[in-house]
Amino acid sequence: MRISLARRPTRPVCACEATVETRRRRVDLRGVALPIVAVALWWALSASHVVKSGLLVSPVDVLRTAYEQAGSGALVRALLASLAREACGFAIGATAGFLLGGALGLSRIAARIVGPSFDTFKQISLFAWIPLISVWFGLGDAAKVVFLSLAALLPVAAHTCDGIHAVPRKYVELANALRYSRLQLIRYVLLPAALPSIFTGLYLALIHSWLATLGAEYLLVAGSGIGNLLIDGSEQFRMDIVLFGIVVVGVTGWALNALARRVERTVLSRLHIANQ
Amino acid sequence: MTDTAITISPDTPRATASHIGTAGTHVHARSRAALRACAWHLAPWLLPALLFLLWSVGCARGWIAPQILPAPQRVYDTLVDLALSGELARNTLISLQRVLLGFAGGTLLGFTIGGALGLSRTLEAWVLPSFNAVVQIPVLGWLPFLLLLVGVGEPLKYLLIGHAALVPVTLSTMQGFRQAPAALDEVARVYAYTRWQRIVRLVLPAAVPTLATGVRLAFTKAWLALVVVELVASSEGLGYLIVYGRQLFQLDLVMASVVVVGVIGLVINRLLDALEKRLRRGTPSAFRA
Repeated sequence: MRISLARRPTRPVCACEATVETRRRRVDLRGVALPIVAVALWWALSASHVVKSGLLVSPVDVLRTAYEQAGSGALVRALLASLAREACGFAIGATAGFLLGGALGLSRIAARIVGPSFDTFKQISLFAWIPLISVWFGLGDAAKVVFLSLAALLPVAAHTCDGIHAVPRKYVELANALRYSRLQLIRYVLLPAALPSIFTGLYLALIHSWLATLGAEYLLVAGSGIGNLLIDGSEQFRMDIVLFGIVVVGVTGWALNALARRVERTVLSRLHIANQ
Repeated sequence: MTDTAITISPDTPRATASHIGTAGTHVHARSRAALRACAWHLAPWLLPALLFLLWSVGCARGWIAPQILPAPQRVYDTLVDLALSGELARNTLISLQRVLLGFAGGTLLGFTIGGALGLSRTLEAWVLPSFNAVVQIPVLGWLPFLLLLVGVGEPLKYLLIGHAALVPVTLSTMQGFRQAPAALDEVARVYAYTRWQRIVRLVLPAAVPTLATGVRLAFTKAWLALVVVELVASSEGLGYLIVYGRQLFQLDLVMASVVVVGVIGLVINRLLDALEKRLRRGTPSAFRA
């Protein structure tokens, strides 16, 4: 037996939808105006030679750098190295976080023993651990993956635990009335009901570990990655590389966000669970 | 960990005590219940105590090399040395000044931008997409850019910490300003509130809980940004102490500084927690969810 919490409502198709749609499109155009003006100003400023500084590169320079980096394969190498570490750390951290959060949510004894320590640890700035991690695990990939998995573990564990705690009492009472075994209770009631919250945790973990990827590459400088590209550009006073790197970081973060949202929506709608 | 957990775990000590009814075992049962209550209260300290024990015994017996993990006594000594020499106070004050100024600036700017975006749909249409695009780039992404633009000096720290605080405050202010309950909005219209009255009497009170959450999050982010920027580019401050200790392989210094960073972050978080609770209690009940 399965408790389906709520059906995702099908979208009503009506006349009002069309007007909303067109208004949204017009909104998009207005939103584009500001960036266009900003780039135009930047271009004009760099072309007019009013400011004599090597740092004021023109948009064309940035595009050229982008083309070179993409063409020579340097970009792909750096991005792949970063993303591989991110995926590895995220997988380890999310799994461990899910198990820890599950234990904290399911057992009151575990919550009592581990919970306060976990809460305290959660509030200490994660980056402060990097120097210690670098002593214990070196400057290479191992240290970075350890750090990334820590960054991913915290939100997943916290949200898994919160999600299980937030399951309405009546669901559990119903399951008890139906004489569910403990495993059945977890499998058919607690997990599905906590899933939206768990997804929030996973989603945060993805963002945090992407941030941590950058941080780890700044602070543990060995190896290659998109963070190293940025820091190298900064050390060589190459503003074009830095700007290009920032755009790549932003786009990658946005893509990870979009991917996570998409997976969340697909899984939740497959399971007929409405997101709060 | 709230106690409202739905659970399958053992009953609380008090409940067990009442189950045992017979007079003969009453005293025995009561002492057992007291013992269990005691264990319940001490349980949170079990894990830290165990780790600490392992750490000190491991160091005393030489299981762990001091280059990898210095003994607790040494970390403590270093902490005392730092405190007595005034180094600790100096670096802590610098860090606190940076985080407070950056945080205050970022929060004020965030209130302004978020308030403007929340009140005007037109402004939102023009500005919000650009804002969202800029937000996609994490604080760490801006670091190399600002490093080139303004150098390694103090402005770099204020800008980064301010930016870290600005984003959550702006987003939550905008969201908060949008959630004035529709029913009260209608009442306001009936009373023919002016725009100003509507903002002060309706929108602001309704936004307080969301604002508090935003400010709370902003501080966490600002503290994180402070540590990062001090680790990467700084010559004083708590983050610098950590890096300095790491470079000299003085792990006792590193750990002592990490402890200070952790304690300060924790204390300020607790303070903000209390403040947030206070603010939430202060809002009229109509605005509670």
